[in-house]
Amino acid sequence: MNLVIIKYNAGNIQSVLYALERIGLEAKVTDNVEQIRSADKVIFPGVGEASSAMRYLKERKLDEVIKNLAQPVLGICLGMQLMCRFSEENNVNCLHIFDEDVKLFKQVVKQQAGNIKIPQIGWNNIYDLKTDLFNAVPEDSYTYFVHSYYAALGAHTIATTNYIIPYSSALHKNNFYGVQFHPEKSADTGEQILRNFIERCN
Amino acid sequence: MLSKRIIPCLDIKDGRTVKGTNFVNLRDAGDPVELGALYAKQGADELVFLDITATVEKRKTLSELANRIAHHINIPFTVGGGISSVEDVNVLLQNGADKISVNTAAFKKPQLINELAKEFGSQCVVLAIDTRKEDDGEWYVYLNGGRTKTEMKCVDWAKQAVELGAGEILLTSMNHDGTKQGFALDITRTLSTLLPVPVIASGGGGTMEHFVTVFNEGKADAALAASIFHFKEIAIPELKQFLFENNIPVRILQENINK
Repeated sequence: MNLVIIKYNAGNIQSVLYALERIGLEAKVTDNVEQIRSADKVIFPGVGEASSAMRYLKERKLDEVIKNLAQPVLGICLGMQLMCRFSEENNVNCLHIFDEDVKLFKQVVKQQAGNIKIPQIGWNNIYDLKTDLFNAVPEDSYTYFVHSYYAALGAHTIATTNYIIPYSSALHKNNFYGVQFHPEKSADTGEQILRNFIERCN
Repeated sequence: MLSKRIIPCLDIKDGRTVKGTNFVNLRDAGDPVELGALYAKQGADELVFLDITATVEKRKTLSELANRIAHHINIPFTVGGGISSVEDVNVLLQNGADKISVNTAAFKKPQLINELAKEFGSQCVVLAIDTRKEDDGEWYVYLNGGRTKTEMKCVDWAKQAVELGAGEILLTSMNHDGTKQGFALDITRTLSTLLPVPVIASGGGGTMEHFVTVFNEGKADAALAASIFHFKEIAIPELKQFLFENNIPVRILQENINK
């Protein structure tokens, strides 16, 4: 298995690499176009800011490369958001693989429960799970999230999470998969999802 | 629903876990990576590693430790202790830490918080505050592991730090730390309802009821404890089950359901 993690100006790449190691997989971290194109599977991670990440990808022509990949691609967190149509984070046009838009959580004040905090930090449920990405993952499993922006529900939603409103915690279209949560930090559930992507997603 | 987090804290000295009462009288509780992995398996939601080593070798030891933790542990972790520059943080994040916590250095140079948030994002910048309630009824900020008093009120510092970009507050009550008499509910609730970022309550957790109270009355987003976990006075699966039965949203592991 020739597994590639796309290297760009975003955090958590090491964490994804180590998580793959824990489940017995080696991956190459690279921004080399040929290595990305020739990989069996591609992981597009990311913690960071949308507009600067898009600028970085465009400068290196990685935006066109990612959009045109034919092998299975898994976007994680910002990686997933960049695969959407548009992000409200500094109002940037993204890769438009998924038609969904990325929006900012709006602060809601509940008198009894205190503020709803933004970013959402912590473990939340994923439900209405679809596709083999969630093989053997029970409904309402907990995964770890850290984000202020979310992808709206849409035709490509394959997992839903509630925080202020229901939103897409995972998306899928053709060979492209994206998760808002961090499988690399989501304990056994996260490892199962990574394993599913490697073993079952085409 | 977003769950309330249970966070074991591992104080590290020379690569080993220690925990004192009221910040003195250290006792050894084992290898941090092994202990951390055990907690992760038991259902801890996150881990905090605080380095209290004061030698020049410290920086290297801490980044090596972060690297070992990142390789072995499959939940998020924060590293803190003597972090004072963007470069310190860069090395730790490169070695796999998810978040870092700053305390004294940030107080002395608040702009550090802003620099860190700009460079790495607020989500990885945890501001740790050690605070003590004085006779005047006000909570004051203490520095240097609780040894140095300041005239700054805890609420004012927390507000300023969040404006500068702190993404989370780790609030330790020195009045409660090590007492096992319960968390500081008033200051925890004040910060948690005032601030737009999560508040981690620390200091005083001694019984499972204390955790219910700090979530219900203290409005904490997470609760941190050390010795009660290290010395097995409270086991994390039982604590999670107890919280669940008391209608606190918590992450219960599949293998622990129906037990």
